[in-house]
Amino acid sequence: MTDRVPVLKIGDVLLVSIQTDLEDQMVLDLQEDLSNRIVATGARGVIIDISALEIVDSFVGRMLATNASISRVLGAETIVVGMRPAVAMTLVELGLSLDGVRTALNLERGLGLLRRLQASRSDRA
Amino acid sequence: MASEENTRQLTEALSAKRDEYTAQWAKTVGRSLRGRLSSAELSREFGELYDAIVQAVAEGIALEGRGEQFAEVRSLLIELSRSRARQGFTPTETATSVLALKEVLEPELTGSAEGAQIYLQFARLLDDLSLLTVEEHVKTREAIISSQAEQLLELSTPVVKLWDGVVGVPLVGTLDSARTQVVMEKLLQTLVDTDSTHAIVDITGVPTVDTQVAQHLLKTVVAARMMGAQCTISGIRPQIAQTIVALGIEFGDIPTKATLADALREALTEVGRQAESDVRGLL
Repeated sequence: MTDRVPVLKIGDVLLVSIQTDLEDQMVLDLQEDLSNRIVATGARGVIIDISALEIVDSFVGRMLATNASISRVLGAETIVVGMRPAVAMTLVELGLSLDGVRTALNLERGLGLLRRLQASRSDRA
Repeated sequence: MASEENTRQLTEALSAKRDEYTAQWAKTVGRSLRGRLSSAELSREFGELYDAIVQAVAEGIALEGRGEQFAEVRSLLIELSRSRARQGFTPTETATSVLALKEVLEPELTGSAEGAQIYLQFARLLDDLSLLTVEEHVKTREAIISSQAEQLLELSTPVVKLWDGVVGVPLVGTLDSARTQVVMEKLLQTLVDTDSTHAIVDITGVPTVDTQVAQHLLKTVVAARMMGAQCTISGIRPQIAQTIVALGIEFGDIPTKATLADALREALTEVGRQAESDVRGLL
């Protein structure tokens, strides 16, 4: 039995903090858990914290992009926070640019960005 | 054995007229260097070298430059070769330092048939040693070049903090993949260290932008974006803009500005807007 990545709810934001290097099964479980939780809680934002990850391969990179798309379909913005410089450089070398995924330097900035996005959305509404 | 006998004779001949030979050697080399090294220095250097060679020859059975007994000679030659390389002498001038000894010994030894044979053996040894000096000379020059390239890399890629939350990278010189790596590394680390949300890459000092350079620029911008920073490219000169369009390079949705000032103004406005909305969120 593999570990699952916890999905934490804070207000209307879901926080996914990835602490260990991900195996493929964990990635698939996470994708399922996250989409279920978004629907169950009606969350408006998702923050995926990858500050503990030293290695991000193309599979995980694609998972991030897929999760962002899934949550957008479900009406939540996804922000990936805390990417390490070395990880960013590796992804660029791999040719992955994570288009369509919003990023922020750290959790604090990520929460700020989410709030601004929601504010601008409610302004428009 | 004949070779042992030869060695003994050679050692005797070399030891007997040591002062005369070294003086002549130093003079011959001094002439070829045209006074760029003082004669006192030369004769000291060659005195040491000569003694080491004589000692090695006396010990050695085979006159083989790479042999064990020539260790001291080699270390002296390496020393000499390195200092010559650093002072900017050519490889020829460095090798001549060793080969000049042949010139000195030739008239002395080639009188008899036996002497000629010894001379030829000794000449082969000197050829070997001179090859060693040339090799070392080249090695030293290469070490100098690579250390200078490293220094240049360090010098030419500063990342500066322009404002709270805004960092700038003034690029000077062309971008190749090695430099892009260094620039990227420094920029991303600075973003983390200074908790910045905006980065401005200024290419005023980049002489030409071809597809290769543009590719590297794009990589840097994409990497900074993945860290959560907004990245602007500034300092695009009119000719560069024309080249970019002519080459069909697409910067996509990456904002570009003509001057660093424009980019900074834009970044500051954005930072201000964010701070404002953060304050509104707190109220």
